Amino acid sequence: MRMKVLVIAAALLGGISTAQASGEKIELPDIDWSWKGPFDGFDKAQLQRGLQVYTEVCATCHSLSLVAYRDLAALGYGEEEIKAYAGNYEVQDGPNDEGEMFTRPAIPSDRFVAPFANENAARASNNGAYPPDLSLMVKARKDGANYVYAMMTGYAEEVPEHVTLMEGMNYHKYFPGHQIAMPQPLSDGVVEYTDGTEPTLDQEARDVTAFLAWAAEPELEERKSMGIRVLLFLGVLFFMAVAVKKAVWRDVRH
Amino acid sequence: MADEVQTPESDDEGARRREFLYLATLGVGAVGAAAFAWPLIDSMNPAADTLALSSIEVDLSPIQEGQSITVKWRGKPVFIRRRTPKEIDEARAAKPADLVDPQPDEERVQQPEWLILVGVCTHLGCIPLGQKSGEPRGDYGGWFCPCHGSHYDTSGRIRKGPAPKNLQVPHYVFLDDNTVRIG
Amino acid sequence: MATKTEFKNPVIRWVDERLPVFTYLDHEYNQFPMPKNLNYWWNFGALASVVLVVMIVTGIVLAMQYTAHVDMAFESVERIMRDVNYGWLLRYIHMNGASMFFIVVYIHLFRGLYYGSYKAPRELLWMLGVAIILLMMATAFMGYVLPWGQMSFWGATVITNLFSAIPFVGDWIVTWLWGGFSVDNPTLNRFFALHYLLPFVLFAVVGLHVVAVHITGSSNPTGIDVQSPRDTVSFHPYFTAKDSVGLVLFLFIFAAFVFFAPNYFGEPDNYIKANPLQTPPHIVPEWYFLPFYAILRAVPDNFIGPWVTSWMGFTFISAKLAGVIAMFASIAVLFVLPWLDTSKVRSARYRPWYRGFFLLFLLDCLLLGYIGSQPAEGAFIWIGRAATAYYFAHFLIVFPLLGWFEPTRPLPTSISEPVLKENS
Repeated sequence: MRMKVLVIAAALLGGISTAQASGEKIELPDIDWSWKGPFDGFDKAQLQRGLQVYTEVCATCHSLSLVAYRDLAALGYGEEEIKAYAGNYEVQDGPNDEGEMFTRPAIPSDRFVAPFANENAARASNNGAYPPDLSLMVKARKDGANYVYAMMTGYAEEVPEHVTLMEGMNYHKYFPGHQIAMPQPLSDGVVEYTDGTEPTLDQEARDVTAFLAWAAEPELEERKSMGIRVLLFLGVLFFMAVAVKKAVWRDVRH
Repeated sequence: MADEVQTPESDDEGARRREFLYLATLGVGAVGAAAFAWPLIDSMNPAADTLALSSIEVDLSPIQEGQSITVKWRGKPVFIRRRTPKEIDEARAAKPADLVDPQPDEERVQQPEWLILVGVCTHLGCIPLGQKSGEPRGDYGGWFCPCHGSHYDTSGRIRKGPAPKNLQVPHYVFLDDNTVRIG
Repeated sequence: MATKTEFKNPVIRWVDERLPVFTYLDHEYNQFPMPKNLNYWWNFGALASVVLVVMIVTGIVLAMQYTAHVDMAFESVERIMRDVNYGWLLRYIHMNGASMFFIVVYIHLFRGLYYGSYKAPRELLWMLGVAIILLMMATAFMGYVLPWGQMSFWGATVITNLFSAIPFVGDWIVTWLWGGFSVDNPTLNRFFALHYLLPFVLFAVVGLHVVAVHITGSSNPTGIDVQSPRDTVSFHPYFTAKDSVGLVLFLFIFAAFVFFAPNYFGEPDNYIKANPLQTPPHIVPEWYFLPFYAILRAVPDNFIGPWVTSWMGFTFISAKLAGVIAMFASIAVLFVLPWLDTSKVRSARYRPWYRGFFLLFLLDCLLLGYIGSQPAEGAFIWIGRAATAYYFAHFLIVFPLLGWFEPTRPLPTSISEPVLKENS
């Protein structure tokens, strides 16, 4: 019995999250994302809107290099649509027979083309700041989806008195240190949604966050559905194993 | 179980039930083990990025009559030649008796102008010459494999030399007059 | 007791006559006498070997797709996650399997501490177990570097840098470990080679560990020896059945993490590609290293220095070196535990005072784990030092003294006795 208490104590202490930032603890907004629960997945329409926001706003500076154009089939796009989307971007290929590198339109098997050739070029165009690749952003931050949403919506016009903004920086409620080089990327009406949804800042932020959550975890829906089947299977097997154990030990005094 | 009257019958019955339980549990466990083994095995099958390159689309419009290009498909070279009428006639004129691996030219092309072949010699796998201008094309105007001297004609069929079979024709489909999808 | 089985199948008989594997398996895993009073805490050894097999099998299949080069490692792991059939599943099983492996082995270790499984004649068995933990730690450490994330790189940098604390040869050793002047491609490549190798060394040591327990027989919750066949049941079907229950429950918990919380045990920073020019704000090792990390950081700057400086004229043992020594000492002390514990009674069931200290020790380890996860600032510093002090005091002071002074409860006469008494 005492051992059980110890195990529970161990489990509880194990639940304490690792590494908090020393100093201020920034509380992120808590959005009820469509994929939060064990049975939940993405909303394809939302992912498509998020792709539109990414394409029209974020892709100017942020790469998505781990995602391939063909992956967009998961958002409900057909082969022709994906070919057309990819064809808008130029990919470096080669060398050709003359030994020269050349560019060609992207095809579905290519990965998303980055806006800058390399990190140095990116920094040069952004006052020394590097717009990070977004393929894994939602997994690379604690409470990632809420973090990305907070990034999009956490700008404030009024800079609090105790804060001195460095040159080229913007005040941000949620970014660690409260100063961020990126100017506010989204606002009401910055995109016009093809499905007619009203493009408020909040809606755009939710949609692009959902899209980036998918980009970071494209396997999410398959993972959860497989998980349900595996847990059900193991649940059934557990009770069978218990029955077998009891039957085997029936005649032993123990 | 409630108080069991220990008659030989119910003892037997109990034993049968237990045997069934053991067998059923083992069976369910085995299914689980097989289900676990499948992803391990399937992970060795071609991955999505490999499969995405399993077919390629080629734009034929820049190719002049008489010109050949080479494209890479599934790690191998594919020869695409836009044949001249002379080359087509020569291919059609060959009699089965002349051929090492008899096959009419009509069976090897969908459109007579466009010859699409896997550029790997059927002997021991070298890449035959004849794609670039200046390269030898062999005695039959097609391709010549420098490794062991196989000669292929304007339909890519083996005519002379150690290769046993004609150059392989890959699966392809014309998406329109200027675009072909190979694979 | 063992009887020589006659196998009916002629092929099996033919093989067995020439290489008695089947007789061996029949003797060791079918007929083998086990104390019949084992509780579910005895399940964890078998669970550990299952996890080891799962780790090796998933690891081999992952290694087929992974590229051990600094420019490609991170991307090759993402390719596994996105493009390889079931790649995400294999990666998450392997990643969470490491955590499961440590959970199971730590519980197995604490079971040994509670029931006195380390005491004679099982001392060597226990020491092999400690060797297994060391191998696990080395394997896990190197495995974590392979994805080449920020924590992979910086964790490797911090831990390999520790070796520079060794007097005189420290810097050469570190350069030798790195294969260069910092953690870079040579380091990654050799870690991959060793990460692939060590699990098989581990497998061999586990084999020795199992052979050793078969020589002495398993201990049991009472801590008293088996006296007659009445105290035992055969391994099969009794413990194959019982272990299966624990196994399925364990797999359920394992699956719950893999499918629904696959990144629970991990650090988000490791989803950022390694950047040698940018240190993350908090470098944290994986949770199973946290207690040792706390001990490493616990030694104060002025602990050893003045004592040694005064007569050697220079600081021979820096605080860094003292921390490294303390960290290794925390495992070394486990090795000699069978000789530190002076009690004649094995099981804590009959050692009421030891039960209290055991609980204290468990809480102390959990506390050390928590301290390891926090920055080395403020209250965390002195709490960490107190917890480290108790850790060593538990082995070096409590164990020897308790054996001499503790009033133990009377032991039952046999394993069967408590059961027979209940039922009569």
